Amino acid sequence: MDSLGLARWQFGITTVYHYFFVPITIGMAFLVAGLQTAWYRTGKEKYLRLTKYFGKLFLINFAMGVVTGIVQEFQFGMNWSDYSRFVGDIFGAPLAIEGLLAFFLESTFLGLWIFGWDKLSKGVHLATIWIAAAGTLLSAYFILAANSFMQNPVGYQYNPLTGRAELTDFGAVLTNKVALVTFPHTIAGAFITAGGLVLGIALWNLIRHAQRDADAFRSAAKLGAATVVVAAALLAITGDRQAKVMTEVQPMKMASAEALYTTTEGASFSIFSIGTPDGSEETFSIRVPKVLSFLATGDFNGKVEGINDLQSAYAAKYGPGDYSPNVAVTYWTFRFMIGIGMFGALIAVWAWWRIRKGKGFSGKLAWWAAITVPFMGLFGNSFGWVFTEMGRQPWIVFGLMPTAAGVSPSVSATEVLISMVGFTLVYGLLAFVEVKLLLKYIKAGLPEIPSAPGSGTDSSTESEDERPMAFAY
Amino acid sequence: MELTTVWFMLIAVLWIGYFVLEGFDFGVGILLPILGRDDRERRVLLNTIGPLWDGNEVWLLVAGGATFAAFPEWYATLFSGFYLPLFLILISLILRNVAFEFRGKHDDVKWRAWWDRAIFFGSLLPAILWGVAFGNIVGGVDIDADKEYVGTFFDLLNPYAILGGLVTLSLFVTHGAVFLSLKTLGDVRVRARAIALKSGLAAAGLAVAFLTWTYFQRDGAQHAGWFMVLAALAAVSLLAGLEATRRGREGWAFIGTAATLALAVTSLFTVLFPNVMPSSLDAAWSLTTTNAASTHKTLTIMTWVAAIFTPLVVLYQGWSIYVFRKRLGVQHIPADSPVVAAAEALTKAAANTTP
Repeated sequence: MDSLGLARWQFGITTVYHYFFVPITIGMAFLVAGLQTAWYRTGKEKYLRLTKYFGKLFLINFAMGVVTGIVQEFQFGMNWSDYSRFVGDIFGAPLAIEGLLAFFLESTFLGLWIFGWDKLSKGVHLATIWIAAAGTLLSAYFILAANSFMQNPVGYQYNPLTGRAELTDFGAVLTNKVALVTFPHTIAGAFITAGGLVLGIALWNLIRHAQRDADAFRSAAKLGAATVVVAAALLAITGDRQAKVMTEVQPMKMASAEALYTTTEGASFSIFSIGTPDGSEETFSIRVPKVLSFLATGDFNGKVEGINDLQSAYAAKYGPGDYSPNVAVTYWTFRFMIGIGMFGALIAVWAWWRIRKGKGFSGKLAWWAAITVPFMGLFGNSFGWVFTEMGRQPWIVFGLMPTAAGVSPSVSATEVLISMVGFTLVYGLLAFVEVKLLLKYIKAGLPEIPSAPGSGTDSSTESEDERPMAFAY
Repeated sequence: MELTTVWFMLIAVLWIGYFVLEGFDFGVGILLPILGRDDRERRVLLNTIGPLWDGNEVWLLVAGGATFAAFPEWYATLFSGFYLPLFLILISLILRNVAFEFRGKHDDVKWRAWWDRAIFFGSLLPAILWGVAFGNIVGGVDIDADKEYVGTFFDLLNPYAILGGLVTLSLFVTHGAVFLSLKTLGDVRVRARAIALKSGLAAAGLAVAFLTWTYFQRDGAQHAGWFMVLAALAAVSLLAGLEATRRGREGWAFIGTAATLALAVTSLFTVLFPNVMPSSLDAAWSLTTTNAASTHKTLTIMTWVAAIFTPLVVLYQGWSIYVFRKRLGVQHIPADSPVVAAAEALTKAAANTTP
């Protein structure tokens, strides 16, 4: 494989891997902050124990998100230097702002939250987790604004003298319509993931240890289920908005999502199909009439442009070449994204209904629900991103720069291979360790809260300065 | 002043922030097996940087992001050119950072020993490689007319750059030791002070050699005079920091080593200006603050953002350092689990019986 192919694989591996941790971080930051707020307001110990329990899982995950994120930022310059030269004037700004506004906020205030239990007043300590949570949202917005420029370049002008795209309107970059619809969809995706995790873990505890902290875990299950259901509804609404914007700015991506080769009015949506590997000929399918047209245009009889017509139009506009993405990938990732997201929501609705009815959880079905629900959001996000990024191909910046033109000319295939193998090995090892640790702390159940120092029974005479830290590495 | 010059200075400020802050936590990581004689002492060391290391590292991320935004050509040439060293730095940072988080989450002596190694090597390698990278940036590398690095990985390991790597290594160790003497109690504090003096003297010698070599390497640089002044000041503040350490004035010592790092970075950026990456093939092919920069418009927007938010960051990071200002001793470390405590006792017993 040449350095272009390797660089693309590396981008795929590092991005998909990084994105296992990001949605959990965003969603869990808010859920943990919510639990701590519940403790702050009601004083009920179960909320404090839940905060610490899920807080620990959140932190194990956060560490992984941080370290894989550094690779994300550096690999633009390392593997895609010509891309960086071409768009740096526009693309660099949101990245730098993300670091300055969001990363500092997240890391500093999380540090305060982790180690600050005995150093800050209750209210200030609660504020630190909310500030860190707000930081995750800021971070998401700026990085999505940068990504949206790649999907739908706006606010720039090509300068033939410098041979690069230059910024003309930063407001337009930040209010890119792709960014405006992608942000809520991505955040909802983060909440379905974190909600699924909380729900799955709470259910597992209820099934496995019916007598252990059942009241607390029922609250957690309710929180998780509600989060998943609400997030799923928001995903459907925002996804629908996103599809229409996508049809407008990247019609080829929409056509490839359905493997629709010929332009069709009242186009149907296939739930499942068997055909040639590239999807150009179909032997069997289950179809819902007119749904694709509605998804793409908002009109059941609307016209959806097909791959073949778009291909000729693009060839006329940009010169000879293949302007369609890998249709098998876009077709299936689009379906998996929607399908498993809906399946996750179904489990959540079922769990919510049982909790409301006051019913318990036991048996094989409940066990399967607990095991699967965390992965629905997690993999739904991965499929969504693979679809979004693969659907953009062959462009690195849609209509402006082909992916092949963005790769680093000074980096050899061997160098890319070394780093790809190195990162992949380390990622694999860390994934193994991370899962092992998460399972350990999930199984351990809610932590006990030691009685407050100095209150009554604590007879030790040691001064406040000699007391062990509330949290230590 | 030209906006490109302003941004050159801002990038310098970000690197100063990175070296001063992550400098001490690299130092602590390297000193972990040397100063921490048992698990509890090692935990004292780690907890001095526990709440801070993550925020410290963001300075690097922002330095990278700001270079991308303000000098895309610099970012592109540097990151693709120094490919393998950066790869090694990234792998080191990944292992080191998860080690902080994972180390204490499992009660097993072997488990902790593995993560201790990750922390040590994950701190050691970047501490050297950042100096190597800066040596190559300042000393100049083979850049062609298309702004592409055309040298090899081994070209980057030239004697001048390696000397630079030893300078950052010894400075970070000294800075870390001084930080530990300021933040700990008891035996660790005493040992940290002793190590600070030893590594500080080595750092002083190496730094003077490196800065003198730099002067000749960048013969005829626009601000060679200012460079000499700043380099001399860096040396003076290092010696002052060491003297303060000797006298047990740890706060002043820390200010001294922090100032040393800040002045050293400033002196290197001064001798670099107006280049950002000089070409050793042809001076006309050098990347400069003008030919590597973004447009005036982008720089203007970024200047506003930086002017508003950088002071805010300094303010709340300062507050965080203040919140965790208390010195730590072994008495502050929560009791070990029985498993680890027993294993520790066994190793101690074994160490006592073997002469």
